[in-house]
Amino acid sequence: MSESHAMTGTAHHGGPADAPPHVGWRKYAMIGVILAIITALEVAVFYIDALAPVLVPVLLVLTAGKFFLVVLYYMHLKMDHPIFGRVFWAPMALAVLVVIGLILLFHVLPTLGKFSN
Amino acid sequence: MATAVAAETHGHPPHHAPTATGLNTWKLGFWVFLGSETLFFGTLISIYMVYKGQSVVGPFPEDILDIPLTTLSTFVLLMSSLAVVLALEFLQQGRRGLALFWTMMIIVLGSGFLGFQAYEFTHFYKMGLTLQTNLFGSTFFVLTGFHGAHVTIGVLWLLFLWFDMYRGRLGPQDALRLEVAGLYWHFVDIVWIVIFTLVYLMS
Repeated sequence: MSESHAMTGTAHHGGPADAPPHVGWRKYAMIGVILAIITALEVAVFYIDALAPVLVPVLLVLTAGKFFLVVLYYMHLKMDHPIFGRVFWAPMALAVLVVIGLILLFHVLPTLGKFSN
Repeated sequence: MATAVAAETHGHPPHHAPTATGLNTWKLGFWVFLGSETLFFGTLISIYMVYKGQSVVGPFPEDILDIPLTTLSTFVLLMSSLAVVLALEFLQQGRRGLALFWTMMIIVLGSGFLGFQAYEFTHFYKMGLTLQTNLFGSTFFVLTGFHGAHVTIGVLWLLFLWFDMYRGRLGPQDALRLEVAGLYWHFVDIVWIVIFTLVYLMS
């Protein structure tokens, strides 16, 4: 499917490949409200002591939700030509792997007694 | 190939000279640039995370970070992303007044975010946190400072586009110019989404 997009110059939304997709202002506004609600939830989770043990995973899930909402809908990657997504997600995946790898190397492995004197 | 491109664009006029992919090379190149920016900020975030909790002298993050204030500035930046898509939507529809209004809203909200950051930096400086104070100060100011520099560039870029729109030199047929500036703005927004969680909420 993506090869066909590349050959024909069309995007998922059916218009010219480089034309910004039309999502509609109501949907954009709804996503804006959802983003605001998720931010409020993040801060609420931060202040609720009972949730301290699960703070990190909950925050990561909420943050990932905001991240994907902006990238897929506001940046149109969900509807736009697949090649734009490829050139963005590949280095993004590498960046995430670097961050996780370094956190493991400097913060997790030393606590397990490995790589420490 | 050119015939195929013309046939598959459903009668819409092309926005650029024909290319092998049928895609605007500026937009494709800009996505590649954003890909490289993810590695740039990935590196800065990595450095912050590696040195997290390694400072031997204060002030420490838990002593100095102001979560309510930063929540407000995060909300302001998120709403500026909403303003971007609304400005683009109305520009595409040829509703110039609304496009001008929402583009100005992006500029105002972006400037507001920078104001919050300037206040925060000044406040931290007064509390004794500088680039040289400790590892937290060094990594915090470098990470958020580079992000702030990106926001500043975005505000100037959008100001330039607003003037073009105001003078009638940016219409629906040039919506790609605003879309690309918008991609940059959204990228700056998603970087902040990550910074807000990793630096502030996981402090």
